[in-house]
Amino acid sequence: MREPLFHISKRTEIALVKAWLIRIAAIALALVLCAIVTFALTGLNPLRVFATLVDGAIGTARRRWSLLQGTAILLCISLAVTPAFKMRFWNTGAEGQVLAGAMATATCMLFLGNRLPSPVLFPIMFVCAVIAGSVWGVIPALFKAKWNTNETLFTLMMNYIAMQIINYFVYQWAVPKGSGQIGIINGDTKAGWLPAIFGQSYLCNILIVVVITIFIFIYLRFSKHGYEIAVVGESENTARYIGINVKRVIIRTMLLSGAICGICGLLIVSGTDHTVTRDSAGGQGFTAIMVSWLAKFDPIVMIFVSMLIIFLQKGAIEISTQFGLNKSFSEILTGIIIFFIIGCEFFINYQIHFNHSRKEAKA
Amino acid sequence: MSDKTPAIELKNITKTFGKVVANKDVCLTVNYGEILSILGENGSGKTTLMNMISGIYYPDAGQILVGGKEVIIASPKDAFQYKIGMIHQHFKLVDVFSATENIILGLENQGRYDLKAAAQRVREISEQYGFDIDPNQKIYEMSVSQKQTVEIIKVLYRGADILILDEPTAVLTPQETEKLFKILRRMREDGKAIVIITHKLHEVLSLSDKVAVLRKGEYIGTVNTAETSENQLTEMMVGKKVSLNIQRSEPKDPRERLIVAHLKCENKEGIKELDDVCFTANSGEILGIAGIAGSGQRELLETIAGLHPANYGGIQYVDPATGKLENLRDKTPLEIRNLGVRLSFVPEDRLGMGLVGNMGITDNMMLRSYRAGKGAFLKKKEPESLADRIISQLEVVTPDKATPVRRLSGGNVQKVLVGREIAAAPTVLMAAYPVRGLDINSSYMIYNLLNEQKEKGVAVIFVGEDLDVLLELCDRIVVIGQGRITGIVDARTTTKEEIGLLMTKGGSK
Repeated sequence: MREPLFHISKRTEIALVKAWLIRIAAIALALVLCAIVTFALTGLNPLRVFATLVDGAIGTARRRWSLLQGTAILLCISLAVTPAFKMRFWNTGAEGQVLAGAMATATCMLFLGNRLPSPVLFPIMFVCAVIAGSVWGVIPALFKAKWNTNETLFTLMMNYIAMQIINYFVYQWAVPKGSGQIGIINGDTKAGWLPAIFGQSYLCNILIVVVITIFIFIYLRFSKHGYEIAVVGESENTARYIGINVKRVIIRTMLLSGAICGICGLLIVSGTDHTVTRDSAGGQGFTAIMVSWLAKFDPIVMIFVSMLIIFLQKGAIEISTQFGLNKSFSEILTGIIIFFIIGCEFFINYQIHFNHSRKEAKA
Repeated sequence: MSDKTPAIELKNITKTFGKVVANKDVCLTVNYGEILSILGENGSGKTTLMNMISGIYYPDAGQILVGGKEVIIASPKDAFQYKIGMIHQHFKLVDVFSATENIILGLENQGRYDLKAAAQRVREISEQYGFDIDPNQKIYEMSVSQKQTVEIIKVLYRGADILILDEPTAVLTPQETEKLFKILRRMREDGKAIVIITHKLHEVLSLSDKVAVLRKGEYIGTVNTAETSENQLTEMMVGKKVSLNIQRSEPKDPRERLIVAHLKCENKEGIKELDDVCFTANSGEILGIAGIAGSGQRELLETIAGLHPANYGGIQYVDPATGKLENLRDKTPLEIRNLGVRLSFVPEDRLGMGLVGNMGITDNMMLRSYRAGKGAFLKKKEPESLADRIISQLEVVTPDKATPVRRLSGGNVQKVLVGREIAAAPTVLMAAYPVRGLDINSSYMIYNLLNEQKEKGVAVIFVGEDLDVLLELCDRIVVIGQGRITGIVDARTTTKEEIGLLMTKGGSK
């Protein structure tokens, strides 16, 4: 007689401690697997590799600032996509919305940079970045509201349009002509560069993202708009039933989502890179989707998730340079760790029962 | 009845889902040539138990014996091997296939695919038991009762000797129910073992030989139908004595409150959902709406509530203070509320429309009131005190008011929803199947709440499925059949049979 070996059931609730024990065990297991893979593929001492990873992320003051800066940018995009995702609007277009903001900022810096005083220049840059990002975000929302188009494909395609627009203008405005890149904008006058605070050039970025984090936290949890977003996301029928104008909420939320992406574009161009390329967003518009989901749309948890991911990324880069390995190897390690972190959610939500106890009972 | 041979014996069957114990130490015996009713309130574990016999779930502990031998039923295929067939509450048929095609679907028979022979066999089975079916008719052309017939023939075709029917009468008219019972009795004479899951007492009494009662997953006992009564069974089911009477007072000063005239609705494909619907709901009265499921009840209420577009006709509200007429047609729910019309609506889909399943009670209270007050921020004080009031007054069982409502039982979910809608002090209260899935105590609490509203002068519109309840609770009953009104009757003088006939009348002009 066949009898299934085990069965799976959903947990109704789980103690917080137990959930964290599962997560810690998952990370430990991931490290063990990383160690085995490292030794099998490279023959290096896994402990030395891990030490290099930590060193690469937080080994020096500069690296620590860079970690915070990277975290701030990823967190900012994650916060931007969160209202849309909470509304069950699959915004895969953060990449393009960030690029739109980045392009708008770079344009302002190029053409107004040395002509206007900073107190006038910065507000103009800010407004342009916000408008560019929200226009890029609201176009798919308008189509969704009017003709119920699929926003996943629409937002995704908008990314490629944004990239090609940047490509075009980078070629047009290349310095020197024909080099195919704009280079550092206003390198001599630093016009339109976000100022260094206490000598730290990244602190301004970080502070702006702190403000955005607090804003999103309050917006989602305590505002009427946030409540409407939650209702629309949970059930459009309920939203209609209580008289929420679903279309308006979709459009409004995507305006906000795009606006924050636009600000992020500004932080990248004006606060970090001081130039623009089609890779300015660096794929973080997609990583942010993962961050938002992993944090279950909680802005506070998102801080830690994005820091963990940037930590792994920075560390992985250090490993590949220190040991002369190619970049793919460190990406394998990052992939293993992230896989375990996501995978362990299954064991937090479900329980596995083995059926061997039945036979004992019979005997 | 010792001369009969046991078909299925269950010994100490236990099944848990997480923390919830769906079945605990259940022992049952069904004999060949016998009809056993499994009686229990919603959530008492009837369907779970039967799903273990038909191979959909696997028990955590206990034994199943078929024909005296212990068996392991790990899949529906195993169940068929032991000649067990289950007819589910929700049909599992392919719409564009004919009856025969559906019946032989998934059978791994040797030889060539012979549709004609299969149709012949279907005809033979139909004649043997008195089914009324055309083997070549497509499923989408069939009525609900015909679809059910296909499901029953499907398991008979596979040679099932043990039939399990999950709430087979829930979707049938009284006449169709009687027909089904005749067929089931004929099967019993043929020596088949039949298990029927139900919570309707009078059906149990008229059909079965034995009744097994479950309560909250536990097996309470089996009694012979001939030796029991409605009151005894209820007591076994609920665990205490319950009075089964609904108070009905005479309407006080009924006045026209909601006038629906010549209402027509079509869906996107141009198929008529409502056709020339006319009726008036009066204040201080409960107006029942009876009909086979899916005859346009949902569309009617949603159109009145501003959630469904109308193609023709009028919906007018009579202001109780001024007597002024307000047109409600083509208005959104928000526009209706802004007119000062206090229209409350308890929709059929509680967690998908009336409430948000992942939100707590407080946040669900806010659905109606979150716009109140100036400023961009939510005011949680009032919804919180309303939540507290509803929890204490309606005896809602919940760990706290932040627990997501989808974790509450069906009865408690409904109390939260009805409580909120009544708290809005409505002048019109529409409730669609408000007691569906509720235990007896919760059901009676809902009836009482509707009666209270009626006595306050509210125009109550009650869409129900249990005709006995409609007859006891309502003042007038509107019968709807295929989107048309087939009759408006006085609930005090009409009979179940009259309503049953009206229910099947609609459609043709």
